[in-house]
This record gives sequence, structure tokens and C-alpha cells, in this order.
Amino acid sequence: MLSRTAESLFWMARYTERAANVARSLGVAGRMASMSAALEAESAEWKGILIASGGEAGYLEKYPAVTPEAVVDWLVRDRDNPSSIFSCIAAARNNARTVRTALTVDMWGAISDTWNTLRRMPQAETSGEALTGFLEWVRERVLLSNGAATDTMLRDEAWRFVQLGTALERADNTARLLDVRHAMLARNSTAEYAQWQAVLASFSATRAYQWVFRDRLEPARIAELVILRPELPRSLVACYARVNELLDALAVGQGGRKGGCHAQAAETLSMLTEGSIDAIMAEGLHEFLTRMIERTAELGNAIQDFYIQVAEA
Amino acid sequence: MTAFDEMRDGAVAAATYAEIRAWIERTPLEDLKRKSSEAELLFRRLGITFAVYGEGGDPERLIPFDIIPRLIAASEWKSLSAGLEQRVRALNAFMLDVYSEQRILKAGIVPSELVLDNEAFQPAMVGFTPPGGIYTHISGIDMVRTGPDAFFVLEDNCRTPSGVSYMLENREAMLRLFPRLCAQHRLAPVSRYPEHLLATLKSVAPAEAGPNPTVVVLTPGSFNSAYYEHCFLADEMGVEVVEGVDLFVSEDDVVFMRTTRGPQRVDVIYRRIDDDFLDPEVFRKDSLVGVPGLMRAYKAGNVTLANAPGAGIADDKAIYPYVPEMVRFYLNEEPKLANVPTYLCDREEDRAEVLANLDKLVVKLARGSGGYGMMIGPHADETMRAEFARRITEKPGDYIAQPTLSLSTVPTVTEGGIAARHVDLRPFILFGKNEISIVPGGLTRVALREGSLVVNSSQGGGTKDTWVLEDGPARQSQSQSQGGTP
Repeated sequence: MLSRTAESLFWMARYTERAANVARSLGVAGRMASMSAALEAESAEWKGILIASGGEAGYLEKYPAVTPEAVVDWLVRDRDNPSSIFSCIAAARNNARTVRTALTVDMWGAISDTWNTLRRMPQAETSGEALTGFLEWVRERVLLSNGAATDTMLRDEAWRFVQLGTALERADNTARLLDVRHAMLARNSTAEYAQWQAVLASFSATRAYQWVFRDRLEPARIAELVILRPELPRSLVACYARVNELLDALAVGQGGRKGGCHAQAAETLSMLTEGSIDAIMAEGLHEFLTRMIERTAELGNAIQDFYIQVAEA
Repeated sequence: MTAFDEMRDGAVAAATYAEIRAWIERTPLEDLKRKSSEAELLFRRLGITFAVYGEGGDPERLIPFDIIPRLIAASEWKSLSAGLEQRVRALNAFMLDVYSEQRILKAGIVPSELVLDNEAFQPAMVGFTPPGGIYTHISGIDMVRTGPDAFFVLEDNCRTPSGVSYMLENREAMLRLFPRLCAQHRLAPVSRYPEHLLATLKSVAPAEAGPNPTVVVLTPGSFNSAYYEHCFLADEMGVEVVEGVDLFVSEDDVVFMRTTRGPQRVDVIYRRIDDDFLDPEVFRKDSLVGVPGLMRAYKAGNVTLANAPGAGIADDKAIYPYVPEMVRFYLNEEPKLANVPTYLCDREEDRAEVLANLDKLVVKLARGSGGYGMMIGPHADETMRAEFARRITEKPGDYIAQPTLSLSTVPTVTEGGIAARHVDLRPFILFGKNEISIVPGGLTRVALREGSLVVNSSQGGGTKDTWVLEDGPARQSQSQSQGGTP
């Protein structure tokens, strides 16, 4: 497959997944903020989501202070923010367009229709009282395009690069979202029970926690679920298991050809499968998650180096 | 003037169109219109669009498709295809000659300055012989008809002729929409075109490429009007469609494409970008769609380009009047296909004739395409004619003129009912190392506006499926049913 095609498929999937992640975390932040008694906590909530989206610096260049309205606009519509929902969907659509013939009709339809609806949406439909409904819609559209991919794509290299993009983006997002809450989880104060619930909600994992532990919430267990439990599809270990599966399948398809990305992905996965939550908490949740965010970024670069930035012979 | 109608006029036409005539007579107009909308839906769903930029409106337009096919009898096709083969051989011989010995110029048959000072003449090709001596691997010859036996070549396209995807998709649409009607005719199939194209391209691969050379289609990108066709042909052939950025040329002049498996050697490039943009090292320096070093690799014999750079010298409209002479000169044969008489405005006596008869002639840019910058004298008003007179006087070398031909008509579905509309025909000729192959038929373009003679899709023209009928009894339309007659 052409490297350019692989690159477009990979980034199409990353941006699609990112749009849903922003929508999910924005929904949770909104709910948390409205539950916070103290103004301070509310502001911390909005600040947290800015940090998790990786766009805090860009935001502060543009806005003097953190206000709910400005943060929502920055994360939903602002094209200066490359990770806003609008920017993500536009980027996914542009990538899809350049590789249109590598996509199925259903996938192209899902992505292209989302963008066409979104770009005509007035401000009033993406803010205020309409925000929650809008965020739901974004998540549904992403589920639709993921479903279209799963149901209609041939299981060839194109499929693997799409899946690789989704899995890697998800790993990155999980680490970032959890990291924003690390201090709260470390405090382990039952006064913050509602916040613990919110953490789970941002991974769509409220029910999952009950199924896995069948017990009341505990910060260490929340961290364990989100980092180490393979049952949760958004956990770090589940994402890394998927990444390894896909990289191995790519290698098998190419007669065993492997590169640095394969070694790195395997090493990170064994770190996670052999890790224990006690050791992670002892090391410091923040330190561990920072390491994971860095490793994930490095893995993304290693994948690009091996499959996409083909050196001129 | 009444145009020759391919269904109504003449004995061959009557026999050829018998079934079609009966079909349109017995089918209510409403049904035909409904089928037309079904056809449109089909094309939309398949995503067969043609990009027209800079004119406002939807940039991804659908070329209108007319459901009434255009028929060609077996005997007619036999003589047409023999003529096409002859013409392409002569055109190719001309290209080989003007880039090597220039015998035809020395013999004074084609004026030297017309070739050597021509923008389409490619000095970079002088003294180089493309693999197999083939310049024009794929050509499209535009034909028009004015009477039962009167076929004329309107122009030759030896660079990157487009439209073949419509020929294939039109047939596909007809087979889906009118299976019975198709079955009632012995249709010469067109579906093997991609296979022949691939065989043609592989036949000219560099020798060291081995038995299974890597072929790619090189496109300028998704903003090109024929991008759909580039992807379609690549898909049908099972090869990659690449852009300039996907290719690079190594230090030892070998072309590679960047793939997820690492660099992969490329042997044959079916390029759908113009000469000027192929290689910024040799041609336009500002080209972003080309590949630096491509010409080095080509001249080193490490990659084959189809069509060869410089092939445009043969389809230049100023060269066109000399093609019959080329047939005589190179092949020692009489031309089987006639040219339309053409005035070159650069010649003083021709120019006087043109300026005196602007109301009767069609004036065209010598180097234009797509129906842009032309004037149909009888349809133009005084202001328009005066404007063209001024342009011709200012830049005579840019213009040619031809008599306004009464193009043949074929019945077409229109809003008000079935009506005669003018058509042309573009057959596609594949020139490989071992054979010349022509898929029966080609692309029929139809001018949808009443009385219009302009068939170009960029000017509101549509297309029809072209049915070349094979000799022999009509096919059985249905299997027998129990109990005798159904």
C-alpha cells in the first residue's frame, strides 16, 4: 500500500476518535462543573479538560481567563484549536477524501455526512442548553463511522492502519484523561465520590467497574480498571494489546518485516500486563501516566518512521 | 440543413436500429424518463463525477447519460477500426521520425517550422527512442459522421485522452437497466479494456523489469477533472494510483514509490499529467505534481512513460491537416479515414478565405481542448464574428478553421420527448509492443441542447452507450418456458 494512503487512513481514524474523546470528556466536565459547590472546583474542572486536550497554551494565548463559554467554544468550534471537534472532523474528512477509493461507500458516507452537517451548524446548536445533545450526536456519528469500518472494510492493510489510528489515539486519550484527575484520585477522599463517578463516566466505564469489581468505588481500583484491566476496551492495556495485534498482523502480511515500532509496542504491553496497581501508585500515578503519554507519542512516531516516512534508497 | 440521422436514414441504419426503434416506439415516454432518473441515481451512487472548477455550482458534476444507445453495424465498425489502426500507426511513425531523422521535414511534406517551433515539440526527446518505438500507447481519435458512409476524423488525441471510464460505466449501466434490450442484440463487449490496457503497458516495460513489471497510474490529484477516471482505471487494472509525492528517483536513476513495505521499484507509469508538469528538473520548475528526476530515469531506460513525452506534436491541430500525407509517406498506403478540410490561419491564402467566410466556418484554437475558445460561425452573432476576426488577425498561428459539419444525429430522451441530437465518437486505440487493440465502439458524446454541435462535457454535453453489433443472428432473448409459448 502507498505510504500516503496509510498515513491518511491512520490520521483519519485518529481525528475521528479524538472528536469523540473531546465530546465525551466535555460532557463529563459540564456535569462535574454543574455539581461543584465551590466556584474554585468548577474552574479547576474546565482547566483540567483544557490540559487533557493538550491545548492549554493555545487557549491562553487567545483568551485571558478560563470561562465555561470560552472553553466550550475552544473545544467545540474553534478552528485555531487543531483538536476542537470541528477541526478534528474536518481533518478526518480531508484525509478520507484523499483516499476515497480505499474506503467503502458506507465509511465515506458516514464521515462525509458528519462534516457536511457539522459545517452548517449554527453556534446556537452547539452551545448552551443544546450542548449536551450536540455532544451525544458527535459520539453517535463516530460510533457510526467505526461501525461502518468494522462492518464493511476488507481485512487488509487499509483496515489495520485505520484500527491502529483508533487504538493509538484511544491509548493517548485514556492516559491524558486519567492524568488530569491523578491528584484527586491520590487524595482518596470519599467527599469526592461524585468526581470518582465522573472519571469512570469519561471512559464510559461506570457499569464496567461494577461488573469487574462488584463493589463500591475506590480510587486505586478506578486506576486499575482504566490502566490494567483488559476487559475495558479503553484501558491502556487493552489499547496496547490491540496495537500489538495490529502491528503483528501488518508484519505477517509483509513476510515478517518488523521495525522499532514493533519492539516498542511489545515492551510497553509487557510493562502493562506485568504491572500491578500497587507498584504504579507507589511510583506515583502522575509519573506513570506522563511516561505512558510520552511512550505513546514515541510509538506514533516510530510507526510513521517505519511505514510512512519511507527513506529514499 | 437536415442532418443525417443514424436511426432513420439509410438501409444499414434501418436494419441496425430495428429493435431500438421498436423499443422506443412501444415504450411510453414516462417510462423512458423514469429509467433516465434511475440511470442518474446509479451514476451518483457509483460516484462517477466529473469535476468542473471555476464556474460556480456543484464542482462535482455528473455527465448526463442518455439511455438510448448509439449503434454501429459490424460492417461499419470493421472499416472504421481498420482506418483507426492505420491512422495511429502513421501518427506514431511521425513522432518517431520528428524526434530522430526528420525525414518528413526534409522531404518537405510537413513544414519544418510547424514542427520545430511548435510548443508541443519536445526538444528533450530528440535522439531518444522510447521502448518499442512507441510514443502513443493510448490514443483517442474523435470521429464525426455526416452520411451513411461519410466518417471524418475531427481531431487526434495522443497525449492523455480521457473518457474511457464513461465508455465502460455506460455499458455497465445499460446492462443493469435494460438487460433484455441488450440481450436482443449481439453486442461486442467492451469490458476487457482494462485488461488490454494493462497488457499494453506491461509490453513496453524495461527489459530488466522481468515478467511481472510494476505499473502505476500517475494523477495530478483529486482536484483534476478526470481524477475519478484515474482511480477507476487503476482499480480495474489492480495497480496503484499515485501522485508525484509518492514517487522518487534514486541516485542511480531508478523510480520508486513509497509504500508501507518500503521503497518499491516502478517500471511503467501511465501518466495522466501533462508533459510540462512531469519533471521540474526538465520542464516547468514550479510543478508540484511531477517527480524530480523522472526524465533522467526515463532516458536511462529504467522506467517507461505512457504516453511518451512529446507525443503532443502529433495531435496538434496545425499538424492535423498533414495526417493523410503521413499515411502515404510512412505506410505507403492510401488513408482509409478522411480528414475534415482545414484552414490554417497562419497561411495567408487560408486566412483570407477564413475571414471572408466566418459565418460558415467553425473556428478553433490550434492548441485548445474541451470546446473552449471556439466559435461556430453559423450560430454566432456579428459581435462574436468581429471578435474572432480580430483575434485571428492578431494571432493567426493560434487558430484553425473548418467547414461547419452537419454532424449525424441519434434519437435522445429530452424533456419534450424523443428528439434527434448531434453526436460524435471517440474510440480508444491501444498501441502495445505486440499488437494494436481497439475495443469495439468508444465513447459517444451527444450535444443535449437542440441544434447544438458542441458535445464536450465541459460545455453541457452528455454521453450514450455505443453498441457495436456483431454479425450473426440476434441472440435468444429468453429461455423456453414450460407449455410452449410464454
